[in-house]
Amino acid sequence: MVDSPNLLSMNGITKSFPGVIALEDVDFSLSRGEVHSLVGENGAGKSTLIKVLTGAEHLEAGSIELEGELVQVRSPQHSQELGISTVYQEVNLCTNISVAENIVLGHEPHRFGSIDWRKMNRLASQALKRLEIDIDVSRPLGNYSLAIQQMVAIARSLEFTSAKILILDEPTSSLAVHETNLLFDVVRKLKSEGIGIIFITHFLDQVYQIADRITVLRNGKLVGTFETASLPLVELIAKMLGRSITDLDAVTKSKVEHEQKESEERVLEAKGLGRTGSLEPVDLELGVNEVLGLAGLLGSGRTEVANLLFGIDKPDSGWLALKGKTIEKFSPLESLNNGVALCPEDRKAEGIVGDLTIRENIILALQARYGWFKFLSPEKQREIAQKFIQLLGIVTPSPEQLAKNLSGGNQQKLILARWLATNPQVLILDEPTRGIDVGAKAEIQRLVLDLADEGKSCVFISSELEEVLRISDRVVVMRDHKKAAEYSGDVDDQTIIRTMAGNL
Amino acid sequence: MKNSSLLSRIRESRLFLPLGALVLILAFDAVYAPGFFKLGIIEDPVYGNHLYGNLIDVLNDGAPLALVAIGMTLVIATGGIDLSVGAVIAISGAMGAVLINPVLGQQLQLNVEAAKNATNTPLPIIVLATLAAGTLCGLWNGLLVTKAKIQPIVATLVLMVAGRGIAQLITNGQIMTIYYTPYFWFGNGFILGLPVSIYIVLAVAILAWVLVRKTSIGLFLESVGINAKASYYTGIDEKNVKLFAYTFCGLCGAIAGLILSSYVHSADANNLGLNYELDAILAVVMGGTLLAGGRFSIFASIVGAMVIWTFTLTVYTLGVPANALLAAKAMLVMLVILLYSEFFHLFLNRLSEWRAVRPEVQKGAERGTAS
Repeated sequence: MVDSPNLLSMNGITKSFPGVIALEDVDFSLSRGEVHSLVGENGAGKSTLIKVLTGAEHLEAGSIELEGELVQVRSPQHSQELGISTVYQEVNLCTNISVAENIVLGHEPHRFGSIDWRKMNRLASQALKRLEIDIDVSRPLGNYSLAIQQMVAIARSLEFTSAKILILDEPTSSLAVHETNLLFDVVRKLKSEGIGIIFITHFLDQVYQIADRITVLRNGKLVGTFETASLPLVELIAKMLGRSITDLDAVTKSKVEHEQKESEERVLEAKGLGRTGSLEPVDLELGVNEVLGLAGLLGSGRTEVANLLFGIDKPDSGWLALKGKTIEKFSPLESLNNGVALCPEDRKAEGIVGDLTIRENIILALQARYGWFKFLSPEKQREIAQKFIQLLGIVTPSPEQLAKNLSGGNQQKLILARWLATNPQVLILDEPTRGIDVGAKAEIQRLVLDLADEGKSCVFISSELEEVLRISDRVVVMRDHKKAAEYSGDVDDQTIIRTMAGNL
Repeated sequence: MKNSSLLSRIRESRLFLPLGALVLILAFDAVYAPGFFKLGIIEDPVYGNHLYGNLIDVLNDGAPLALVAIGMTLVIATGGIDLSVGAVIAISGAMGAVLINPVLGQQLQLNVEAAKNATNTPLPIIVLATLAAGTLCGLWNGLLVTKAKIQPIVATLVLMVAGRGIAQLITNGQIMTIYYTPYFWFGNGFILGLPVSIYIVLAVAILAWVLVRKTSIGLFLESVGINAKASYYTGIDEKNVKLFAYTFCGLCGAIAGLILSSYVHSADANNLGLNYELDAILAVVMGGTLLAGGRFSIFASIVGAMVIWTFTLTVYTLGVPANALLAAKAMLVMLVILLYSEFFHLFLNRLSEWRAVRPEVQKGAERGTAS
C-alpha cells in the first residue's frame, strides 16, 4: 500500500509451549494508517502472536522488523519504548481514582516537589481531546461507561509513548453498539494520523466495518492475509474453521429445531420476583424441555434475573417455586441442592478457579453438594472428569492441566461440565458464548438444545439476538430492569429490537 | 517437548525448597560446627533414658512453631492471615497455669515441695480447658472474618493486641510459675527416648492432613483461596470453610501454648509465644504456600518451621550472641524471598534448559565426527 517499508513485518514466527505448537511459521505485516484485523478461533494463536510482538513471550524462530529495522522485543516495557501500545479486553485501570490520574499515572507533572494537579488535568484533557472526547477528567474513572474507560486506556497508551502501532485486543466485547461506534470513530481518527492498528475481535461484522485487511490464523498456522473487500463473510468463516460453507450453513444459519413435549408441568415459576434497586418484579415460567431466551441490552436486567433465580441476590418481593415447591432460602448452595445451575456472565471472576486443575474444577460443584465428608475418591474424580472432557469435547492434553491454561471456549465448556456433573434440572446460562469462536459457539448452542431434549430446562441469556432467536422456544425481552415483553420462538428480530429499544 | 524427568518433578514438589534449605543449613553445620550432629543418651530418673543433642533440640524447640505453622497454613490457604496466634499461645498458657493454682496469681507460693503434686483441677480438665480457650479464640477470629466481613489482617489484629491483655487478666498480671510436675510432661517428657512434643506435632499433622485431604475441605480451602467469588457461585459454603481454618488455627495455637508453658514452667502473659505469628507466617511462606492463598502443603510448612529452628540453633552453636539473632534471621528471610522470586525461577529454568540442550549438542558433535 505504501512504498516505504512496512511499519511492521513479522516473518516466520514460531513459538511452542510444552505439548503444543502455538505458532508455526506465521507471517504478519502492518502498514502505516492501516487497520489490520487478526481473526481465528480460540487457540488459533492470535494472543500468542500478540504476546510475541509485545515481548511477553520470546519467539523461537522468525524475525520482527519495525520500520525496516530488525528488532528483538525483550519485554512489554521494551515494546512500549519501541512504540507498540496495547489495550486489552479487560480495562486494567483503577476505577477509584480520577480519569486524569489514570492517564498520567507514572508520569505525573511535578511542581515544587508535589504533583501539579492543574497541569495534570490539562494534560489528560488534551490527551482525550486528541480522541475527540470531552469529559470531566477530575471525576473518578468508575463514574464513566466501559466505552469511555476503554478510550481512557487508549489515551493513556498513546500519551506517553510515541506510539506507531496500537493493538486492540477484543476491545468491544463488553461494549454496547453505540459505544462500539464511538470507539471506531477514535480508531479512524488514529488511522488518519498514520498509526497502524491491529484489531482482534470475535465480532466478524465489526471486522468488516473497520478493517482494511484480514489475517486468518488456524491452529497456530497462517491461513492467509486478505483484503477485506475481496473476502465475503461466509468465506472468512469457512477459512477460520477450515470447513466448507455448506457445513457451516447447517449450524449457523438455520433455526435449530428440537422436539418440545407439550406439558403443563412448570419446572420453574416466578411471580413478582424482584429486588429493589436492581430488578422490578417479573413473572417467569419455564417448562420441561424448554429453552427460554432472555434478550435485552447491556444493563437491561438480564444478569439480575439470573442472579435472583440462582440465589446470588436475595429477592425482596414475590416468590420463586421449583417443581411447585416455593423456595425459602436463597443461596447458590441451596440452588445447587434444588437442581439449579448457573454459568455466570464473567467466566474468569465468577466461574473458573484458575489454579485448580481441570479435574478439580469439574467435580467442584458436585463435591460442594456432597459436602465436606462425602469425599469423591481420586479414581471417581478422574472418571467424572474424563467423562465430561469427552462429552463436551474440552481440548486439553490432560485433566491435570490448570484450568487457567485453557482457551476461552474450553473454559466455558469446563464450567458447563462442572454443572452437568451435578445433573441439574434447570440450567441458567448467562452469556455462555461471549468471547468464544464460531465453532465453539455452535457446539454450545447444540449442547443446550440436546440438554433440553433430554428433559432439562434452560434459561439462555445472550447479547447476540440472532443466537437467542435461533435456539429459544420463547423469548423474554428485558428493558430498564423490567420485563418488557414475552414472545413465542418464531418472532422476527425486528420486533424484538424494537421492544429492546423501547418501541421507538 | 514433555519434560517430566525426575529432576523437574523434584523441583516442582512443594517440599523441594524448604528441604533444600534444610539440607543446606545442615551441610553448613557439618563443616563449621561438627558438634551439631552429636547425639547421646542421657539417663533421666524422671522420664527414663533418652536422646539428647542439637538435632533433638531442634525438634523439641521447634515443635510449638511447627504446630502454629500447621494452623497458619490452612488460614493462609484461604487467602487470610492470623496475626493472633502468639496471643492465643499466651491465653492458653495462662489458662493452664491458673487452673493448676488460681491463688498463685495473688500470693507467693512458699512451700515449693508441697506444690509439686498439688493441682486445683485434674490434668485432663486442664488440657481440655486450655485447648477450648484457644479454639474459642480461633472461632472468634473466624466469626469476625466471615460474619462481620472484616479483613483478616485487621480482624486478627484485634486479638493480637487484646489477647495478651486477656492473658494478663487471667493471671492477674503476674508471671505465674508452675510447680505441678505432671504438667511438665508435655514440654519436657520423653516417649521411647524422643521428646513428647514430637509425637504431638506428628499427631496434629496427621490429623490435619486427614481432615483436609481425606475430605473435601482441602479442595474447598484451595478453591476459596484461589477464587472466593467463583467458589461461592459454585455452591461452596466458603464462610464455613474459612471458619474451620481459623478455628483449627486457634486449636493449634492452644496446643503450642500448652507445650510452651509446660516447657518453661510458667505462664508469662507478655512473653509466652511472642512473635510466633511472624515466624509461623515465614514457615508457611517457606513451605511454598502463597500469601495470596490457594495451593498449600502442611508438611512443607512443618519443614519450614524446622528450617527456622535449625537456623536459630546453628547461629547459637556458632557462638553468635543472642541479641544478634534477629539480624541473622533477617538474612534468612531475605534469602527465602530471593529463592521464591521470579528471578530465581527464571534462573532455574535457564539452567535446566541449558542442561537439556547440552546432551543434544554433544550427540550432534559425535554424529558429526562419525560421518
